[in-house]
Amino acid sequence: MLQQLFRFHGGVKPPYHKEGAVTQPIAEAPLSAEYVIPLQQSIGRPPEPIVKPGEKVLRGQIIGSGLNAPAIHASTSGTVKAVEMRRIPHTSGLAALCVVIEPDGEDKWFERIPFDYRNASIDKARAFLREAGIVGLGGAVFPSHQKLNTGKSGKLDHLVINGAECEPFITCDDVLMRERGETMIRGIAILRELVRAENVLIGIEDNKPEAIAATQAAIDKLSALGENTAGMRVVAVPTRYPAGGAKQLIRVLTGIEVPHGKRSTSYGVQCFNVGTALAIYDAVALGQPLISRIITVAGNVERPGNFEARFGAPMRDLVALAGPRPDSNRIVMGGPMMGVSMPGDEVPVVKATNCILVGSPKLFPPPPPEMPCIRCGACAFACPSDLQPYEMYWFARARNFGKAQEYHLFDCIECGACAYVCPSHIPLVDYYRFAKTEIWAHERDNAAAERARARYELRTQREEREKAEKVARLAAKTAAAHEQALVAAAEQAPAEPPIIDHVPPEPEIEAMRLKIREMAKTTPPEEE
Amino acid sequence: MSLGAIVLGAALGYASIIFKVEGDPLVDKINAILPQTQCGQCGFPGCKPYAQAISKGEAEINQCPPGGEEGIRKLADLLGREFQPLSEEHGVEKPKSVAFVDESTCIGCTLCLQACPVDAIVGAAKQMHTIVSSLCTGCELCVAPCPVNCISMQPIQENVDTWKWPYPRFIFAQAGVNAERRAV
Repeated sequence: MLQQLFRFHGGVKPPYHKEGAVTQPIAEAPLSAEYVIPLQQSIGRPPEPIVKPGEKVLRGQIIGSGLNAPAIHASTSGTVKAVEMRRIPHTSGLAALCVVIEPDGEDKWFERIPFDYRNASIDKARAFLREAGIVGLGGAVFPSHQKLNTGKSGKLDHLVINGAECEPFITCDDVLMRERGETMIRGIAILRELVRAENVLIGIEDNKPEAIAATQAAIDKLSALGENTAGMRVVAVPTRYPAGGAKQLIRVLTGIEVPHGKRSTSYGVQCFNVGTALAIYDAVALGQPLISRIITVAGNVERPGNFEARFGAPMRDLVALAGPRPDSNRIVMGGPMMGVSMPGDEVPVVKATNCILVGSPKLFPPPPPEMPCIRCGACAFACPSDLQPYEMYWFARARNFGKAQEYHLFDCIECGACAYVCPSHIPLVDYYRFAKTEIWAHERDNAAAERARARYELRTQREEREKAEKVARLAAKTAAAHEQALVAAAEQAPAEPPIIDHVPPEPEIEAMRLKIREMAKTTPPEEE
Repeated sequence: MSLGAIVLGAALGYASIIFKVEGDPLVDKINAILPQTQCGQCGFPGCKPYAQAISKGEAEINQCPPGGEEGIRKLADLLGREFQPLSEEHGVEKPKSVAFVDESTCIGCTLCLQACPVDAIVGAAKQMHTIVSSLCTGCELCVAPCPVNCISMQPIQENVDTWKWPYPRFIFAQAGVNAERRAV
């Protein structure tokens, strides 16, 4: 059946560099000597460690759990060596809390319980996916359980499965579709029932004919076996970076343009990566939580390939499997367009690691010096998010963050298309990342100041109230004393004039009483 | 004419009651720029009193060390005054810190509790005190009253969540410009 395709704005066509890694089948990476598993692997509050040093853990056992965060699991069986700060795969080179596991070599599974999703409520399904640690494996690692909402109508029109894999060098989704197509389609079928989607559109860039054929063959085979694959379609999308961006792929496949600040579910569409579909099958049907993924190792290596690697394994172990060339000088997590430089080769593989790119001065020469912006507008033509990158650059450079936000800085997906076409070699994305983190820091500071202001005001009010209460108590005491003295004087010498010479006249005392009562009434109630 | 004057006068009078602005909007604007550390280094008992003093013209805009140069610039912009460097007698700009109670030394005297302007210290008489660091503004007001010197200021460590991308290096292609000149 012919599918009408749409176009997203902009985009670029960098060379693919995908040839080397796809010739090899997916290889299982051998066990590493140590697994350093960071607790924070997706957005939100990091899960708390629930194991202690010295404790024995099994493969797939939960070691980190938080209120709304996807759980973190042990990658293999062994002993918890430490729960400590270790360098994580982050450009900053900063450390974060990690669980360090020394494998015992037995690789024994924790109990695996499949999930009967057909007879469970959506809330149960959400909780299950969270416990299984499922996150989007396209690279953004958004918690999948938070994407299971189906909008107002209770069902979706389209479930978009992202197999576009538009970034150069990366082939992990390509080999996954070629080798594990059937499992992936079963995962998609589960996902489709969970989000109650009518149609399933599997978008694959047309530079991957083998993956397209393999996915189609898997659908045909499963429907011949009598499984429900109705409404599932494989769609070849034109190869243009970044066709694999969620909003871009939704646009290409359905023509729906998700506007600023809206969710795609409001338009009846939800998008998941092919790797996520596979992980959901493993979790739901086999009871296996997410503890490994397929990772491309490419770049300046002798034998580029794809490896099934456990989270927490040091990147250098994987790089060693691919045979790095002697002139290699750096490691990038992700592709050449969106990837980030790693602080060292000992940092662990995490859920977000779709590719380990080994660089050398020859393969990735240092960028040519930055020249002034000539306002040619090439970046605006290339921007897939319909932004004006030169304006955002201008304001970010001048640290005029408010203005940068007015130009929708936060709609930028940091795809790097603008920097790729810039004739002045301006590292535009670096400026946007700088501006975004500065704005977040300002927001944090403002929130803290607002909290401090409110607490200071509460304290001041409380102090004033306490002072007023003290005054009132004192006044009441004096008034009572006067009254007593008056009564006593009246009893002792009824005919004589009062001895006390400074007793206030009766109306004055009455007024004082009134005032005290008033004060007691108007005193604000306890706030805390 | 006089009828018109009466009607308009009544309308204005009515409007002044209906649209009465509570408080001083300028004070709130100034207060929003101040860092709310409540440290009193400016010579006023808190950020709001300082804001009120600025709006009345009783204080200069350069008396707030935690706000730093950026804060002075924002105040200068808001009030149309000239920028002036931080006044030295009020203190110097320091890296952001939070107070920390050495719990083994604390005797539970509650003096720091009374000093804290934002109620960020929890404890009771003869019970150990501790500082809720997420609420601490780093004003240092609790340091001096402590009779056993168990409170120290600790700079806030950067972590992965608070880390900021560095400003990209800005190098004009000198070599390129020279080459072009030569070609011309």
